[in-house]
Amino acid sequence: MKNLIIAEKEFSSRLFLGTGKFGSNELMKNSVIASGTEMVTVALKRVDVWKEDDDLLLNLQLPTINLLPNTSGVRTAKEAVLAAQMAREALQTNWLKLEIHPDPRYLLPDPIETLKATEELVKLGFIVLPYINADPVLCKKLEDVGTAAVMPLGSPIGSNNGLQTRAMLEIIIEQSNVPVIVDAGIGAPSHAAFAMELGADAVLVNTAIAIAGNPIAMAEAFKLAVIAGRMAFENKMATPIKIAMASSPFDLSLLDIN
Amino acid sequence: MIKHSFAEIFNKYNWEEVCNRIYNSTDEDVIRVLNRNGKLSPEDFMVLISPAAKEHLPEMINKSFALTRKRFGNTMQMYIPMYLSNECNNVCTYCGFSFGNKLPRITLSDDEILNEVAVIKAMGYEHILLVTGEDNQKVGVDYIAHAVEIIRPHFAHISLEVQPMEKEEYEKLIPFGLNTVLVYQETYHEKNYKTYHPKGKKSNFNFRLETADRLGEAGIHKIGLGVLLGLEEWRADSFFTALHLHYLNKTYWQTKYSVSFPRLRPAEGDFEPKHPMSEKDLLQLICAFRIFDENVELSLSTRESPTFRDKIFELGITSISAGSKTDPGGYAGNKHALEQFHISDERTPAEVAEVIRARGFEVVWKDWDAVMQ
Repeated sequence: MKNLIIAEKEFSSRLFLGTGKFGSNELMKNSVIASGTEMVTVALKRVDVWKEDDDLLLNLQLPTINLLPNTSGVRTAKEAVLAAQMAREALQTNWLKLEIHPDPRYLLPDPIETLKATEELVKLGFIVLPYINADPVLCKKLEDVGTAAVMPLGSPIGSNNGLQTRAMLEIIIEQSNVPVIVDAGIGAPSHAAFAMELGADAVLVNTAIAIAGNPIAMAEAFKLAVIAGRMAFENKMATPIKIAMASSPFDLSLLDIN
Repeated sequence: MIKHSFAEIFNKYNWEEVCNRIYNSTDEDVIRVLNRNGKLSPEDFMVLISPAAKEHLPEMINKSFALTRKRFGNTMQMYIPMYLSNECNNVCTYCGFSFGNKLPRITLSDDEILNEVAVIKAMGYEHILLVTGEDNQKVGVDYIAHAVEIIRPHFAHISLEVQPMEKEEYEKLIPFGLNTVLVYQETYHEKNYKTYHPKGKKSNFNFRLETADRLGEAGIHKIGLGVLLGLEEWRADSFFTALHLHYLNKTYWQTKYSVSFPRLRPAEGDFEPKHPMSEKDLLQLICAFRIFDENVELSLSTRESPTFRDKIFELGITSISAGSKTDPGGYAGNKHALEQFHISDERTPAEVAEVIRARGFEVVWKDWDAVMQ
């Protein structure tokens, strides 16, 4: 399996994890370990970045783990840039998962503010991974302003509904020059495997692991599903055959043509 | 002038008719609503709070539990109230702060506020709810703005539960770091509202009814709704709360909402509620709100007993208070002012947090950051 590369950084795991909704920080940590992930996202609002013994952050001090702070909670580009600057200063990372959702119910991302913030953050030296709706045109515009990856949603966040945006995701994957990470809505390992089979570069999973009966075992199930899906994609998976194939091939000589 | 008003929708309903519709819900209605895929309407909510639905409480609990976990995960948000003042010019027949009650009145000074802050911070809190009575001279918008300003550096999230204000006043307060405003209607029974609130600015039913609209227009992050359960028929009052929530969700789509469940306890003080609500009723109501709206935050205070809170917190509630004092200066302990209501759960925040953790839930102290506003 090829390594994933984002902004020149290599990842051997193509599974990213969110850290919310777990029954305890210890359970979250053990799930992170079981998933084999190397990239976890942390909501800035949930942690005290200035506190040395913030329990959530302490539990993520693992040698193989990269922190991807996210701006969940901000409603505008302006708020996002402020939050990003605080994250960079406190956590000493340029990486940022940009989330701008003015709608607090379905947490749907605002495309206009996201594009504006990406442009500004890239200029400020951030490596930006924006959470967006599965909008192919927006993806190209984000590429134009220097995004490091795109993170289109499969279905509304936390819904566990799988890849409802499949048709758009296929176009995004086809057209993208930056890694495509399917984020939000992945509720089952089969959804994750399917995203990888479609050619997504990685997936981000949170709710489906955090609220499972056994989050640690579920994290492992997702790890295996992502590997299986990626291997299938890299090894030229057989595609569904839409026309009937006779088991005895048609005898062309019967047509008597050259 | 506000552009939208809940009053327009509210006025289309008649209290008695609503009661009849709730009480006439059938078993078939309940089964239909509980099995419905997709969003529920306020009319469906009537069914969920009906006596017929009470027979389906086990199914309601399962559904509410699952929806809560999906949206909020295995977590519980902690918050605590801090009373800044018990001055009040209103006469509310059920309230400890009522104007006629001859007891010491206190409004905290800056030093006293910071003393309270120190004690509350030591308990681990990051989300605080500031409360006052209604006295526009002594605890008007300027006092509150100043209080928010000096409290802001110490907390991640600040809520306010004070008198309803004008839109411009909310717009003034928000930049100081105010995140949430709670305004309970007390009751949506317009006629009887006047008998509970005979004097003071609070006697204006419609001004209170349109408070959430003014807040929505001012761009507040979160609005808290609720009624004083037991004052009037709780089912009808809760229907109007749900109707209000439904309207606000559609109108101010960038705002979050929470619902609280202050329940008048039968034996509380001199005030005997006309329509007492049982614990089982309250559980049904909590589940009904969750099934109706999977995104709404549901809050439970220390008015309820430790036994009840421990039994039901995971079935729909998303935020809980602990260690609360309802008298100004009560945390630092150097004042003995009048309490607003009696606390049933007197355990410390650490004790309550331990119970929550032992049941497999992460106790969340911080879920906001000043940098976001």
